[in-house]
Amino acid sequence: MDALNHYLAMGGYWQFVWPAYAIAVVVLVALLVGTLRAVRANEAAVAALDRERPRRRRSARDGELQ
Amino acid sequence: MHRFANPSRFLRLSAAILPWSTAACVCLLVVGLYFALVASPPDYQQSETVRIMYVHVPAAWMAMGTYAFLALASATGLIWKHPLADLTAKAAAPIGASFTFIALATGALWGQPTWGTWWVWDARLTSVLILLFLYLGYMALWNAFDDETRAARAAAILALVGIVNLPIIKFSVEWWNTLHQPASVLRIGGPTIDPSMLLPLLLMAGAFLFYFVTILLLRIRLELAGRKLRTVQFNRARASLRGTT
Repeated sequence: MDALNHYLAMGGYWQFVWPAYAIAVVVLVALLVGTLRAVRANEAAVAALDRERPRRRRSARDGELQ
Repeated sequence: MHRFANPSRFLRLSAAILPWSTAACVCLLVVGLYFALVASPPDYQQSETVRIMYVHVPAAWMAMGTYAFLALASATGLIWKHPLADLTAKAAAPIGASFTFIALATGALWGQPTWGTWWVWDARLTSVLILLFLYLGYMALWNAFDDETRAARAAAILALVGIVNLPIIKFSVEWWNTLHQPASVLRIGGPTIDPSMLLPLLLMAGAFLFYFVTILLLRIRLELAGRKLRTVQFNRARASLRGTT
């Protein structure tokens, strides 16, 4: 426990070292999550449009077959 | 219509690269953090605060590298009208802004214990702050136009003008008096930094690089889907207008 406390204290500079790493982690994770969400949202919207349009064509072709 | 068609070759390529760049980023990050936070020694002058370097310096390198990449992609878009180049530059901007913000914030946290101040208006710090504003201005300019072609051109011109800032950042520590220390890795005559500190620095820089590649590929996909959405919506609006007349 003492060893852990000693480590976390960072030679008395814990209040500078850990926030520096925390800021980097928060910013990089936020960008990753925001990017993944936006990719999913945009690609879902495109997929919805794609599903909408060929349906018309497919139904037309189905009509020909009948 | 085929002009706006999905560049499927890029999508296939990015899908092939993405798992590898993600894996490389994670591996380098795990090993890099181990060396940065555990296996590397404290500095004889700066004690444990030197560990801030392992996020600060890679973030600052990537902040500048991303800007050079963004400017190069912008130039490609301006000169050759490559349809992916503008979107690539646009995709890189938020990543570069994030790196720049991290470099500034961690720099302040490093400055307080080593210099006794969070911030000084000297050449290095001010020119990096300008880099952040260049990224934010570039992103704002993209959103300021309804016409995507005009937005791309205006943003690309800003990106190319802003490139003069890169040598100013790089050489600011030599041209002007500053609290910021001069380069100790990327310098003529080789690095002056101890190998025990150079190793975690390079590992973390590698992790940042592959983070950039991973996010960039995802964001280009995001922009491609966005462009396709806008095109379809535009065509529909035109079709419905034609229908009413």
